[in-house]
Amino acid sequence: MGALSTKHVIDIQDLSVEDINLILDTAVPFKEVNQRTIKKLPTLRGRTVVNLFLEPSTRTRTSFELAAKRLSADGINFSASTSATIKGESLVDTAQTLDAMDCDLVIIRHGYAGSPRILAQNMRAHIINGGDGKHQHPTQALLDLFTIRERFGRLAGLKVAVVGDIAHSRVFGSLGPALDMLGAQVTAIAPKTLLPACPELLGASVSTSLDEALETYDVVYMLRIQQERLERSPLPSLREYARLYGMNLERLARMKPEAILMHPGPVNRGVELTSDTIEMARNLLLYQVNAGVAVRMALMYLLLGGDQDGIAA
Amino acid sequence: MAELQTKSVVMDAAAIERALTRITHEILENNKGAQNIALAGIITRGDLLALELARRIEEAEGLRVPVGSLDISFYRDDVALHIAPEVHATNIPFSVDGRSIILVDDVLYTGRTIRAAMDAIMDYGRPAAIQLAVLVDRGHRELPIRADYVGKNVPSSSQEHVRLFLEPVDGRTSVEILQAAPGEHIGSAPLGATPPGAKGSEA
Repeated sequence: MGALSTKHVIDIQDLSVEDINLILDTAVPFKEVNQRTIKKLPTLRGRTVVNLFLEPSTRTRTSFELAAKRLSADGINFSASTSATIKGESLVDTAQTLDAMDCDLVIIRHGYAGSPRILAQNMRAHIINGGDGKHQHPTQALLDLFTIRERFGRLAGLKVAVVGDIAHSRVFGSLGPALDMLGAQVTAIAPKTLLPACPELLGASVSTSLDEALETYDVVYMLRIQQERLERSPLPSLREYARLYGMNLERLARMKPEAILMHPGPVNRGVELTSDTIEMARNLLLYQVNAGVAVRMALMYLLLGGDQDGIAA
Repeated sequence: MAELQTKSVVMDAAAIERALTRITHEILENNKGAQNIALAGIITRGDLLALELARRIEEAEGLRVPVGSLDISFYRDDVALHIAPEVHATNIPFSVDGRSIILVDDVLYTGRTIRAAMDAIMDYGRPAAIQLAVLVDRGHRELPIRADYVGKNVPSSSQEHVRLFLEPVDGRTSVEILQAAPGEHIGSAPLGATPPGAKGSEA
């Protein structure tokens, strides 16, 4: 077992508060590495990391790939179109095939919630969930926590509004509970049709109005409207959503001067954020991406380092 | 880890002071001044010694040499076996290219830490030379590594810890030999803040 209390990171609640703080602390020196001319460490030499991305992804896959390369691990990439799943291979069979090749870590993104757990039950390797259906996206939550903590120096006591498709969002599925664990006050803001049945299970209070308490938030986190996951048309129109729940310059001006605006990307321009708002917030949006590499390096290091009972031992 | 039993004190505060003063002058003599040198202290303890050496160099030469600190956790050769409980930020606030870099560590033991530190320095550029200053050389080398500046040679058993304690972190300044528990990892000191039971880092 590595330095974390868990072998896999599938659900953010696999991690304890101590684990999360350790990951965020360990990411700090990796950020320094990413600013060097030679962005490479020998730490995970000889370890094999598989990126199993069965759903489209640019930033998460690239970020994991870079993290593995900068730690000198050997990375293999699978996408839905190049893997045998297209021939109808089941996930369990894929897992066992990869396992027979002695992989140390598998990062999986899949359209179905729970698929990372199936891998974990059928493989010896460590599993990191790179996003499963509408369930969880723990590394996105970790990099968001890192970004917020770098900005404010703390997480406890901050007021965080998360706006958008709460019901379908795997980003919120991890971020909401994580913020709650670390003592932030989370408010989920969405039209009723986009709220889950029991939002309190995610550690958040609920509001249907973005304008109501906009001045009080330290962080306003805009979720992407996932048009591929909307069912039974919960919104009359995207334009109406943008008017009621979108961020624009006028709303931005009402936020506290020190408050920050975040978005996990990719942005639907003109829906969650107007184009001029994106320009205003660009630095921080890109900071989130930049922090993502360091946080994923930290997670890989902590999972694979000290892994005495792992494959390579 | 329970508080270890001290077997003997091999250097007291005054002896450490004198050794550092001598090392300072050896460094200056060997490098013909302080024009082109920089110090890189290995975390934890080596970084504090590097600051101390820099202060003495400034006293002697009136020149402030650049000082950095190195955390070698990511360069260790035993990452697969165990990892450091606490990773600190490396900070090399100067260009290493063309400079003589003096690595500073507290106790030289197997030489593996120094191997890792040299790799770490090389990732920042191409130094003109790398030299090694240690307060204590306790022997038992496992790699062909030798220090250029040694405070004191302390023959030791591999069943013992040789630890540097420093006033700012430990409340006392001394080098002590401590009896290791059977099967315990022998290595350099964890920071005072390291929780009991945490895996120690190896020298």
